[in-house]
Amino acid sequence: MDAQWRTYTPWRSPFDPCPPREQRAYIVPPNQFIQTQPRGLRQFAPREALRRGTLWPDLYSPYDTAGRGAQP
Amino acid sequence: MWIYEKKLQYPVRVSKCDPKMAKYLIEQYGGADGELAAALRYLNQRYTIPDKVIGLLTDIGTEEFAHLEMIATMVYKLTKDATPEQLREAGLGDHYADHSFALFYHNAAGNPFTVTYIQAKGDPIADLYEDIAAEEKARATYQWLIDMTDDPDLQDSLKFLREREVVHALRFREAVEMLKEHQDSRHPY
Repeated sequence: MDAQWRTYTPWRSPFDPCPPREQRAYIVPPNQFIQTQPRGLRQFAPREALRRGTLWPDLYSPYDTAGRGAQP
Repeated sequence: MWIYEKKLQYPVRVSKCDPKMAKYLIEQYGGADGELAAALRYLNQRYTIPDKVIGLLTDIGTEEFAHLEMIATMVYKLTKDATPEQLREAGLGDHYADHSFALFYHNAAGNPFTVTYIQAKGDPIADLYEDIAAEEKARATYQWLIDMTDDPDLQDSLKFLREREVVHALRFREAVEMLKEHQDSRHPY
């Protein structure tokens, strides 16, 4: 699973009407772990940076829904 | 459910007859970052946020209603013995025409409360950041309200409410930290 995703299991009552959808997923993008961007971070190649929306791999958040492990 | 205690969270004493201050205080009653908006925002977010932070939203959302009651008490005390003419002089003529002495959920400029003041995105990080921003904005509003009165008793209650915003903002930031770390123990990756 993509390391940016977190999953949790909401509490379930024995009287819930619908079949359980046990896990929920939410994303924690990398901006949450950087207060001020340090100098000299690794860089994507220019063409790849244009496509990804950032020059720095450490700031890249793919939002890869296949890797989230559960629905939101 | 809730259990009600028939007392204010912190005493409210108003010692200066200043109906105009009621017009400004109402910002925290029915304004965008007022106590009503805060309570509704937090209590509503509880259903779609990880279980770890539901209790925090319940506690703070409930406290916001206690704050709402304090603001209401201030407004009531400042207006209850005024004449319609005095209310008019205080800039509350519009309010009297529509509501008489009743309190109403609107901001200092008279705009009625709207639920568009709040949001629920269902993304835990986005929702908690809205909560942090709301607390900081409410703290600022209390500062400007304190600046606008020289009544030391009213200032005392407002300073208490301002301090609660400071504490709540930190609690929400702690909640963000918990959600950044949190991984379901049943599905380690």
